[in-house]
Order: sequence, then structure tokens, then C-alpha cells
Amino acid sequence: MPSLAYNFPYICIFIAMISAILLSVSNSAKLSYYVTVGVAAVCAVLSFIFLVTVVRDDASFAFTMGKFPAPFGNEIKGGPLQGLLAAVFSVVMVMALLGGKTELFEDVDEKKMGLACVMLNMVLASLLVLTYTNDAFTAYVFIEISTIAACALVMIKDSGPTLVATIRYLFMSLLGSGLFLFSVIILYAITGHLLMPQLKESVEALMANGNYRMPLVLCLAMMTAGLGIKAAMFPFHRWLPDAHGTATTTSSAVLSGLVLKGYAVLMILMFCRVFTLDTVRAFHINDVVFTFGFLGMIMGSVKAIREHHAKRMLAYSSVAQLGYVFMGIGLGTEAGIAAACFQIIAHAFTKPLLFISVGRLASTTHHDKQLSALRGSAWNAPLAGIGFGVGALSMVGIPLFGGFAAKVNFATASIGDTEKIFLTLLVLAISSVLNALYYIPALIGLWSDRKPEARHAEKDTHCAVALVCLIAGIIFLGVGFSPIMDVIVQGIRLL
Amino acid sequence: MLDIIIDNRYPITAMILFVIGFGNMMLQPNLIKKVVAFNVMDAATFLLLASRGYIAGRAAAILTDGGANTDLYVNPIPAGLVLTGIVVSVSVSAFSLALIQRIHGSYGTVDMRVLLAEMKKREE
Repeated sequence: MPSLAYNFPYICIFIAMISAILLSVSNSAKLSYYVTVGVAAVCAVLSFIFLVTVVRDDASFAFTMGKFPAPFGNEIKGGPLQGLLAAVFSVVMVMALLGGKTELFEDVDEKKMGLACVMLNMVLASLLVLTYTNDAFTAYVFIEISTIAACALVMIKDSGPTLVATIRYLFMSLLGSGLFLFSVIILYAITGHLLMPQLKESVEALMANGNYRMPLVLCLAMMTAGLGIKAAMFPFHRWLPDAHGTATTTSSAVLSGLVLKGYAVLMILMFCRVFTLDTVRAFHINDVVFTFGFLGMIMGSVKAIREHHAKRMLAYSSVAQLGYVFMGIGLGTEAGIAAACFQIIAHAFTKPLLFISVGRLASTTHHDKQLSALRGSAWNAPLAGIGFGVGALSMVGIPLFGGFAAKVNFATASIGDTEKIFLTLLVLAISSVLNALYYIPALIGLWSDRKPEARHAEKDTHCAVALVCLIAGIIFLGVGFSPIMDVIVQGIRLL
Repeated sequence: MLDIIIDNRYPITAMILFVIGFGNMMLQPNLIKKVVAFNVMDAATFLLLASRGYIAGRAAAILTDGGANTDLYVNPIPAGLVLTGIVVSVSVSAFSLALIQRIHGSYGTVDMRVLLAEMKKREE
């Protein structure tokens, strides 16, 4: 008899959406905020119980919704990988909300806090759907919901620059979702299906008999480009620094740490569960993704080195870190996909930690986030300074932190590939050096030149809890990455 | 060759419309024109989808007298998807237009080039 926990993915999506709808009529800013934190926390707990259950049962399953079974009805599919990602996304959402609370209440008009929380809940719901969905068209619908919610999160600060950043983000996102939709329609036209298992069977049949080869290539290329644009794959990243750099701390943490990952996860699902890695390799799409991945790793870091604004530097760093994910996907093997999934988790903890730390440090400099203004600020907010240090060292790839484990996984994953091993190891080395070139000076700057006249950060328990939890998460990923990788490998096997 | 084009007139038209919409979204500096281009792009996908579900000589899949003979009706799934797609498209268009209105209120222009120049000036 199936466990009760098998209903939890659906329940998580449902409560996130229902709370979003209910909060749209909320007048109380505090109530809206705490309900949103509570919903994310409940989703984290339920996702964790679900994860433990499916790992123990070594199972994945399809959950049919509504009256009609497949192929007419809608389905979600859960397994160890989806459970792990959902738990991480929910935990990081809680931390982003706690860590950015003070700035969120300062930046958002009290009357509009309910609407901001609607968007945060919709982001969580769409992330969960993108992780769990078994239906290509449902994925498109929630891509669009995620787009609107993410854009609204950028503009909740409601200043001129954020509006312009939002419109750039919106139009680039719409290009991406347009490409995704068109590719789904082509796929439907040549296969007659929208659910992933049936699509996979049809694609395998088409590959075997050689029919519709051109539409299939077009479809795969458009889907990769569409999701690549949305996940800020180099060279489609130009919208990202403005959007993530100008938003409030919670928004930046959620957008950089989570929203981008949702599209990368969907790309992995489409590659593994619809097209199959064999097809992706046969059409050399993985080589294109690999190339854009390693270019992103280098160019993102080069741009970050030239940046003087702390949040924009972190935003460019996200382009580089997403480059790692695409490099892993581009290896075109299950080991590469597993390394990419680990990087998604490691970055989901690290980048929100860095954004929250910078937000906290900037509270001692009258919200001036220029690196020059932040010099010495770590002395006035030591925990945030330590948080930035842990995040920075993890990004550089220092042992004992999550970033190091991610790099080890990429190196290990490339061993079987004689063509790409040299390039992968070379790019990993170059990227680590480039990361060090902007993170280490920034870290030294934060802890140098103590300014006696600077004000101390006010006590913020919520932020302290978030910083400590995220630091613990990164160290746990760095020290105990082996069991996490086992779950990821098991999840990919059961996809 | 002409036969192939006539047989595939809907996918070809959809592809042309999609490219027009996509190109204009990328290249148009005017934000309102970008929204129009987005709608052209979406219309292209809906045309392709609706044409895939259409079967000549059959009626819309609306059951009247309890007759459920599937030979009488076109495929209803694409129609459902088009409706869902239209809802999404309308929502996104409304959001874009509201945002553009706010931008026009703040900057007095809807030209992306001017906006970016203005932002750069404010940063300096």
C-alpha cells in the first residue's frame, strides 16, 4: 500500500497556490509574511518526509490528478531527485524570507506586502511544479507563472531602475517561454502526446525509424535555447545583473538561488525524460550546451571582476555558476547530470547566503552596496561578514565547503569522456582562479579598514537564523556530499 | 514542391509569423511594439496548435445529445491548449502593459534605448 507521504508533492503545490490566492486579500503585512514563511517551512518538512520515504522505498511514481487518467489527465512524477530538489528549494525559500525580512519591510509598501507574498508563494508553487511535472504543457504554464511572479519580485522595490530592469527581464523571459511553447507544440504535432513518458516512447520510436528528424532537431534546439535564455545561460544573460542587482535582498536571493534553477531542472527533466541523453548526444545539442556553459563560467567571472557594485558582482557570479550547471548537462552523461544537480543544490545555498550577507552589511552603510563603501563593514555585522566569507570560499572551491564538492563532482564526471576531460578540468581551474580574483579581494575589503564612525547593524534574529542555517548547509554539503550524491544518482536512475 | 507548401501551409505560416514576432521582440526598441510582437509570436503557436487538432469535415467537440462518437469531432485537446495559452498570453500582455505604463510615468518614454541611456546616466 502506498505511503501517505506519496501525496505530499501534490499537497505542497496545492498549499503554496492556495495561500497565494488567499493572501491576495490580506491587509496585514506581518500576517502575509509569516504565512508565506510558514507555507515554505511546511513544504520543506513535507518534501523532506517525502524524500526519506522514496529513498527508503527506492521508488518513483506518477501521481494522477483529476478524473481522467493519462494521456488525457494531468500528472506529476515524484522520486528521490525531485524530493531532494523540492526540499532544498523550500528550505532556501524560508532562509531567503528570514534573511531579507528587514529590507523587505523597508522596501515594500506595507499595503503591498500581501501582493509581494502572493508572488513569493507563486514562485514556490511554480518551482515545485517545474520539479515535479510529468506534462510538457503544464511546464509551459508554470514557466509563465514563474516569469510573472519573478518579474513582480524584481519590481516590488518600485523604483525607476527596478522598473527598467523588470521590463528587460520580462521580455527576455517571454522570448524564452515563446521558444519553449513552440517546441512543445512541434513535439505534440509529431508525436501526439504531451505527457513525458508517452513523449519519450514516441521520440525513441522516431529516432529508431528516422522519421521527423528535422522537426525533432528544431524542437530540441528551440527548447534548449528557450530554457537557456530563462536560466541566464551565456550569451543570454544580459538581463540578469540589472534584475538581480537592483531588487530587494529577498528577491535577489530567491531569483538567483531558486528561480534560475527551476529552468535548469526542467532542462534536465526534458533531456532525461523526454528526449533521452542518447538523442541529445546524437544531435550534438549537449556540445552546444557544454560550450555555452564553459564560456559562461569564464565570461561571467570576467564581468564580475570588473564590477564595483556588490550585488551586481554576485549577479554576474550567478552567470558563471550557472555555467557550471550547463557544463555538467553538456557532458551528456548521467554522471554529468548528477554533478549539475549537486551544483544546483550547492549554489542554491551559497548565493542566497551571499545576497543576505551583503544586504545585512549594507545596512551599516546606509544601503550603499558599492564594494568601496562596504570596506570594513564586516566588523559592524560580524555574522554577515562570516557568512560572506563562507559563501565566497565555497564559490572559489576551498575544501570543506559545498562549492569544492561540486567541483570535485564535475572533475569526476568528466573522467569517462576522453574528448571533454581536458577542457572540463582546464575550465574548472581557470574558473576557480577567476572566482578567487573577485571574491577574495571583496572578502579582504569587508574585513579591513575598520571605521570607528560606522554604525553597528541592529540586532536581527531572523537574519542571524538564516545566515547560520545557510552556513551550516554549505559546510554540510562540503563535508557530507557523498550521501547527497547517492540520493541524486538514485534519483536520476528512477527519473 | 508547391504541393508540399500547400499541404504544410499552416505550419509554414506559423513559422513565418513566429520568426516575425521573435525578431521584432529582439530588435524593436519600442516597448509597446515588443508587446505586439510577443502577441504575434503567441498567435503563431496557437495557429500551429489549432491546425494540428483540426480534422476536415468534423465538428467542434461539443457533445449535445449524448452522442460520444469520436469520428464526428475534431481533436479537442489542442483547442483546450489554445484556450490555456490565450489566458497565459493575455495575462502576460496585461502585466507588460501595466509595467510599461509605470515606466512611462517614471521616465516619460517607452523607447528601450533611451531608457538604458537614462539608467547609465543615473548610475554615473
